[in-house]
Amino acid sequence: MTTVDQIAPPKRRRFVSLTLWVGLALVTLHIITGLLTLVWTPYDPAGMTGGRLEAPSLLHWAGTDRLGRDFLTQIMIGSRIALIVGTGAVAIGAVIGVTLGLLAAFASKLLDDALAATLDILIAFPTLLIAMLVVAAADTANLGSAIFALGIALSAIVARLTRILTKRVLLMDYITAARTSGTSWLGVVFRHILPNIWPTLSVSFALQFGLAVIAEASLSYLGLGAPPPNASWGRLLQEAQGTVYTAPIGAIAPGLALVSLVIGINLLADGLRDTIDPTRRAR
Amino acid sequence: MSLLKLDNVSFGYSSTKTVLDGVSLDIQPGDSIGLVGESGSGKSTLLRLLLGLTRPNSGSISFKGAALDPRNAAFMRAYRRQVQVVFQDPYSSLDPRQTVLSIVAEPLRSLKIAGDHRQMVIDALVSVGLEPDILTRYPHEFSGGQRQRIAIARAIVAGPELLLADEAVSALDLSTRIRIVELLKQLSAKMTLVFVSHDIGVVAALCEKIVILEQGRIVEAGATRPILTNPQHPYTQRLLSSVPRMPA
Repeated sequence: MTTVDQIAPPKRRRFVSLTLWVGLALVTLHIITGLLTLVWTPYDPAGMTGGRLEAPSLLHWAGTDRLGRDFLTQIMIGSRIALIVGTGAVAIGAVIGVTLGLLAAFASKLLDDALAATLDILIAFPTLLIAMLVVAAADTANLGSAIFALGIALSAIVARLTRILTKRVLLMDYITAARTSGTSWLGVVFRHILPNIWPTLSVSFALQFGLAVIAEASLSYLGLGAPPPNASWGRLLQEAQGTVYTAPIGAIAPGLALVSLVIGINLLADGLRDTIDPTRRAR
Repeated sequence: MSLLKLDNVSFGYSSTKTVLDGVSLDIQPGDSIGLVGESGSGKSTLLRLLLGLTRPNSGSISFKGAALDPRNAAFMRAYRRQVQVVFQDPYSSLDPRQTVLSIVAEPLRSLKIAGDHRQMVIDALVSVGLEPDILTRYPHEFSGGQRQRIAIARAIVAGPELLLADEAVSALDLSTRIRIVELLKQLSAKMTLVFVSHDIGVVAALCEKIVILEQGRIVEAGATRPILTNPQHPYTQRLLSSVPRMPA
């Protein structure tokens, strides 16, 4: 048989995403900084190595805090804490949320409606409020309870999105084709549903990561996050609020660090989605 | 022995709304049967029953004498190998994130069919008129007609005895439709074909037998030519009179 429909040759072009590279650069900077603090910091994080509220100098590049501790060291350790919190919370939220969302999408109408209503109620509460409730229930404020609390709070958002995306994919003929080809439901989930909802989920995870970092900073600001001597950016901001006019670097530096990490993660997710998704790559 | 037999099959999505009412059908090996009816006549529901995706409320379906039971995993595995389907929309029936190789090889992989899957996929692609060098490409790189050929390749790669086609050409433009009908005609020489369509002209060109469905009931069935030249049931007459014709 001859080939009747002419097939255009594949368009192979190098795909370069600026957002990917900018995001990758910002996130890599934070990761390197976070890892570096495990083995080296400019000064002892708890050591009072300078005068109180010193301005930036060659000795202390970002100045010192009100106790005379090197501020750059605190910011660097803050990177590590933010990455741990973001990764941990998103991982917990993703595992719980994706599982719940898939179950809801496959469940009977009654169970699906019940799960959807529960998720809607949970989402109606601000993430930070849920996290505060979980931390309060845990009785002690520490980094672990903050990560767990944020993970639980984020899981409702992830579950709702996963449910909606999965239901949409389940309507596609390629799912029926997979079933009639003998693919099990588990195979359908791993071969068809997760790859097709992943691009949207990954962007959501990036947003959740940013949300978790900001929420952890807020919890720390309120004294419910990482306790001292953990140099969380939220705690640094809280400590700097009394000296914001006399030593503004104390408020600006952790704020900039926080913003750069959140923007970096979002750009990285956007760029990765564009690079991984074959349908977007061709545009 | 019948390849596929429906005996007094009825189905409804609720107790008040009957979609199929007492449908009996006997599909013999080598048949090419067109299931024709307007939208809502129950064609697609009947196809879902034949695929084992839904169970009838009453009546029975048997394949080579054995009852079609979607809960019987061993039977369904053998059934899936023998019965495959081509869907209407070539844009929705191919997973956009899988390569042609992965898409066409899915029945081989899922049904654990032994052999060189890559070579079997290439053979299937060539048999539907596609080039074998498209294995690593994605669905969005193809036209509607080419996608439908890929879907047909997936349906025939495991060597089924029965091919079900659900409005398989209605989403295509006229020239592509003619080429896909020609392809299905060639395939119908090698396997049994059940072609579901609202387009009586396509069924006339493709199928030796025709079954007319109206509101879930079979109103007329038999050889295509006598029914189309001398329709007995008013609904068939109405269907034929509604076929658009070129002005003289």
